[in-house]
Amino acid sequence: MSNDKSLLSRRNALKCMAYGGAGTLFALSGGVFTPVDLAMARGYDESKESKALGKPLFVQISDTHIGFNKEANPDVAGTLTQTIDIVNGMSVQPALIIHTGDITHLSKPAEFDLAQQLFTRLRTTEMHTVPGEHDTSDATVTEYFNRFGKPSNNKGYYSFDHAGVHFVGLINVLQFKPGGLGTLGEEQLAWVAADLKGRSASTPIVVFAHMPLWTIYEPWGWGTGDADQLMSQLRRFGSVTVLNGHIHQIVQKVEGNMTFHTARSTSYPQPVAGVGSGPGPLKVPTDQLAAMLGITSVSVVKHPSALALNDTALA
Amino acid sequence: MNVRRTQLLLTAIGMLVLGAMEVYVPSVAETTDPAKIVVKDFMFNPTPLTVKAGATVTWTNMDDEPHTVVSDTGEFKSGGMDTNESFSHKFDKPGTYHFTCSIHPRMVGTVVVQ
Repeated sequence: MSNDKSLLSRRNALKCMAYGGAGTLFALSGGVFTPVDLAMARGYDESKESKALGKPLFVQISDTHIGFNKEANPDVAGTLTQTIDIVNGMSVQPALIIHTGDITHLSKPAEFDLAQQLFTRLRTTEMHTVPGEHDTSDATVTEYFNRFGKPSNNKGYYSFDHAGVHFVGLINVLQFKPGGLGTLGEEQLAWVAADLKGRSASTPIVVFAHMPLWTIYEPWGWGTGDADQLMSQLRRFGSVTVLNGHIHQIVQKVEGNMTFHTARSTSYPQPVAGVGSGPGPLKVPTDQLAAMLGITSVSVVKHPSALALNDTALA
Repeated sequence: MNVRRTQLLLTAIGMLVLGAMEVYVPSVAETTDPAKIVVKDFMFNPTPLTVKAGATVTWTNMDDEPHTVVSDTGEFKSGGMDTNESFSHKFDKPGTYHFTCSIHPRMVGTVVVQ
């Protein structure tokens, strides 16, 4: 990590991170990224401000890591429950929940069972998922797909439409290349091309996958090696929102009409890129933990062409 | 006389030592003793690890983060190893075996079997 290239990518990563902030709403309008002063942490209500922010379309939950029990957070089920309480407390319930992976820590059946049991407490019942690498670490890679494989016919990638928005869920944790980043693979990229073909450029697109679909920090594998091929397919659309998890902290960037955003985890924080030996659990003082965990909610601001992102911490 | 006795004694000790050493020369069975790779700070150590054919290699995760051991050719594959958990594989044939942590694909290592 001492070569110039790594230093450069770390500097870029840190620069990008400067955009992230707790409790800030980012209104996305025609690709213009505008931080808006926000009171949406307690959800949409009838106030003028809330109406300006739009109706919550969906909430992104990520990296719940059920089964983790180390010092960084001995009670991940508890913090997920707190997260669910925040979502359930929104005065207008989001239509959908999107989970961007690492539902479990070790892909164990009991971990998936507990996660699913906790999810049933959500008032919003429609949940869409993509797996993280922690969900596919069982030797047979079957536990995730047995439970969540149906919408994608066990492929891990699929699309659906809701409220005029086209959602594309992708998997980039399976075809890993030794020494490299996450991979989408030729088959999935061809499927995306077919899926997007013929869609109007005015259709808002939401793409979600576990590992970042842009290179945040290569030495830690925080990126997807063939994401450029995906971006070239998305560039013609007027509003593209790319949502990822994996790094347990908010990092954002805007490129043309595309907004890239990684969500906080609900389980434990991870270090800033390049700090320490690797992307493992970060132990913080107990009273600081909740502020480093949270969710992202996404609202329609100017239907159907603009979406707004809002990050809410647990405390 | 004394000198000769000492020489005899030394010879006797030497034979005893040699005898003792012979006991510790690894037999064929003993070359299959487990060889160890520690997984710590997002690294496999040592790598490459050289072992004799028939050796069993054990990987132990010492990180707070789970890791896996997946052979590049698919010949062996662990599940997710939590802290202090281990995975073992017996290498019967000589060759060079590369492996990766599928959770953190930048973690790579090699076992050389002679």
